[in-house]
Amino acid sequence: MSSEAIAIPVAGERSQPWMQALHEWVVTVDHKRIGILYIALALFFLLIGGLEAAIIRVQLLRPHNDFVSPQVFNRMFTMHGTTMIFFVAMPILFGFANYFVPLMIGARDMAFPRLNAFSFWLTAFGGTLLYFSFLGGSGLYGAGNAPDVGWWAYAPLTSRAFSPGNSSDYWTISLLVSGFGSIGTAINLFATTLCMRCPGMKLSRMPLFVWLNFVMSGMVLLAITPLSAAQIMLLTDRYLGGHFFDTQAGGSATIWMHFFWIFGHPEVYILIIPCFGFLSEIVPVFSRKPIFGYPVMVGATICIGFVSVSVWAHHMFTIGMNSYANSFFALTTMAIGVPTGIKIFNWIGTMWGGKLRFTTSMLFCVGFLFQFLIAGLTGIMLGTAPLDWQLGGSYFVVAHFHYVIVGGILFAIFAAFYYWYPKMTGRMLSETLGKIHFWLFLIGFHLTFDVMHIPGILGMPRRIYTYEAGRGWEIWNLISSIGAFVQAIAILVFVLNLVISYFRGSRAGSDPWDAWTLEWSVSSPPPAYNFLAIPTVASRRPLWDRKHPEDPDSRYE
Amino acid sequence: MMKKRPHNPGIERIGRVTLALFILCFGVLCAARLCLAASQTEHPVPSTLKPESTPAETIYHLSFLVTAINVSVFAVVFGLLVYVLLRFGRRAQDPNREPAQVYGSTQIELAWTVIPVLIVVILFLATARVIHAIQDARRPESAVEVTAIGHQFWWEFRYPKYGVVTANELHIPVSDPSRPTPTFLKLLSADTDHSFWIPQLAGKTDLIPNRTNEMWMDPRSTGVYVGQCAQYCGTQHAKMLLRVTVDTQTEFDEWIRQQQKPVASPSMEVAGKHVFESTACVNCHAIAGTSANGRFGPDLTHLMSRSTIASGAAENTAESLRLWIQNPDAIKPGSLMPAMKLNESDLDALVKYLRTLE
Repeated sequence: MSSEAIAIPVAGERSQPWMQALHEWVVTVDHKRIGILYIALALFFLLIGGLEAAIIRVQLLRPHNDFVSPQVFNRMFTMHGTTMIFFVAMPILFGFANYFVPLMIGARDMAFPRLNAFSFWLTAFGGTLLYFSFLGGSGLYGAGNAPDVGWWAYAPLTSRAFSPGNSSDYWTISLLVSGFGSIGTAINLFATTLCMRCPGMKLSRMPLFVWLNFVMSGMVLLAITPLSAAQIMLLTDRYLGGHFFDTQAGGSATIWMHFFWIFGHPEVYILIIPCFGFLSEIVPVFSRKPIFGYPVMVGATICIGFVSVSVWAHHMFTIGMNSYANSFFALTTMAIGVPTGIKIFNWIGTMWGGKLRFTTSMLFCVGFLFQFLIAGLTGIMLGTAPLDWQLGGSYFVVAHFHYVIVGGILFAIFAAFYYWYPKMTGRMLSETLGKIHFWLFLIGFHLTFDVMHIPGILGMPRRIYTYEAGRGWEIWNLISSIGAFVQAIAILVFVLNLVISYFRGSRAGSDPWDAWTLEWSVSSPPPAYNFLAIPTVASRRPLWDRKHPEDPDSRYE
Repeated sequence: MMKKRPHNPGIERIGRVTLALFILCFGVLCAARLCLAASQTEHPVPSTLKPESTPAETIYHLSFLVTAINVSVFAVVFGLLVYVLLRFGRRAQDPNREPAQVYGSTQIELAWTVIPVLIVVILFLATARVIHAIQDARRPESAVEVTAIGHQFWWEFRYPKYGVVTANELHIPVSDPSRPTPTFLKLLSADTDHSFWIPQLAGKTDLIPNRTNEMWMDPRSTGVYVGQCAQYCGTQHAKMLLRVTVDTQTEFDEWIRQQQKPVASPSMEVAGKHVFESTACVNCHAIAGTSANGRFGPDLTHLMSRSTIASGAAENTAESLRLWIQNPDAIKPGSLMPAMKLNESDLDALVKYLRTLE
């Protein structure tokens, strides 16, 4: 059977020197190893981005604090945003997709293994280049420094007049390079899903995780390309005398906004859709029921994919578009709430009548549902253009999108770690440490981001390195900062868990959760070739069929 | 009748935690309410919940509808979620049997598609009405017109009808509903993007170079309203503060008359004037009636009629003026005002001169 391993002579399988092991990781084209590389890269940057967030929160602890200078603060929020979006969230999701899409569709690797490795190394190079700016940026002043133009780098702040030296160029080039990496991986996932499925794995039988990554990769192709184009235009402005965004020579600042946000908003869905995929795998397994309304879940995802490219200008309600444009983007923004709402209901429908198992992974899923609900509702508030005129650009928005990205995406990623770590390492993560991690992180998250809505309502704009006393903002900022440190401790517990469990965790076996998708049919970690014999599937839950031959799913399709 | 179920400690814990979270949220909301109620007279808190002008108030009213819908949606979904968690948490009995495998239900899924669609329609209609009411409002003849120009880290205000130029502190008249005198702002930028935001008077609108934007407000009560730049514009974005003084019509007319007056001839402070005119000050600052006509920094003709300097970063006192001229980084690091490096006697003379610009 496919769960047995065959001996493949690997160079240096016995005690190999570490150089050789390292070399194997560097030259690998195995989708599983590349997946792990992506995840390791993302975790490394998560710690750095988290450190930057901590510096921001210390500075905002009290009014007129002088923990860092305004210049450093501006670099911190620019690097924090850029790092977390491009070098934490995207790589970690690509990592899971790389590892599990081929396994879930019964394939032995991605469609283009070399492109896969190339894409990863582009992303890794992009991240390194971004951080090299601390040494090599700002050529004019010699000392070097990181970009400070904000993660969306509005023109004309990025023009040579306002951003001398090279720090903005590091930002531009690193996103351009990692963007090519993202496009490569997206093409790869797209082709893999279309061409590499095992016999019987019809599109309508693919696990939702695969479906959602399929839609995500289509969106990456649509969204990253305008970003890359804009970066090239910016470089042209800065070095070849172009005037795309140069307002002093007749260029347009708003064109940059359109280019950036037609990337930027689909990007949010590029990040959250794979997380929907995590939920759609994990919630059914820990509810002991199939996903509720599979076709509707697929339909809603495709619908989100399409609508998400028509909502970008809701980031631009304050730039003075006319009332028709504002109304249109308010409508599309609200409309995207419908398919998203359907998904939340369907997950609850999946749990309904099930037998819930509150593993750490499931707890993170429940946290996701709760927080994503609130994030969606504050999103509707911000989509209401007139409310956005008040709340947009304030700490209310900061609270809202951290609710999406931390309360939603990061919670789902943690759920995925607790669920799939056993498959990737062969060891279970400690449930005790896991529960400590969950509750600490939950408390820290709510301390930080629940109260953060309030200073926004009270008129506190984002991206300010200090604020006046007596505006009613002090206490909320203090609580937020305390919460940030609770979160930091929780992350350390998580990292500790990853390390300790790798050496001491109990053996996972091939199927610790009694799950239903193909990755659980092979050993943990899977052999390099994944499947000894390519499996054949007859339903959406091949392992359910195998475990319940008396009542297989295939009977109901 | 409820059927009794075996005890499940795990589930109870979730219940307790939910309750605790609820109490926490409630407490936070109450505290927020108290905090808001505490400040009333001088508008030191730029709260969007205390509107004093039609655009801000229309938005405030729309927020009731949105919040009401949001709270009901939240109550329904959150209630469902908690119910499911409590009801279907794994029970002690039949640990080996799988629950009934349900794949979906067209009717239910249709219901939870159609209801949100209806909600979206209602929300959209209400939103579009408010967008139209605010953005397409007619400009009455009696409107006051001001051009606001964003500069890196300060605001320039021009009153084209009155020939008045000032900085950082906008003066506008109160608008009596029976005889409305709303203020219409034309928004421009000299360098990067900025955003004009006085939460109690109107939502924010960006000032974008090479583009003309517009906004309006009709304050109903007098006083000083605070706000600040709401679009990241560079190093000192944080200290690009904004004050709007809403005057009665007579006070406003008086203020305009005072701003139109040529600067009093400072016969006492010739030395300071000489320092001003013979150093780099004149490259950036203008004082009407002198050779100084720079436009890069704020107009100083009536400097002493303003209560703050450095775009609200410091009180307008002799000490802070002195510090600002000698070492601006001490007040606003990264601002574009250079350290003037004057000797003590020149500095004293200059500050004395500036203090006469009333």
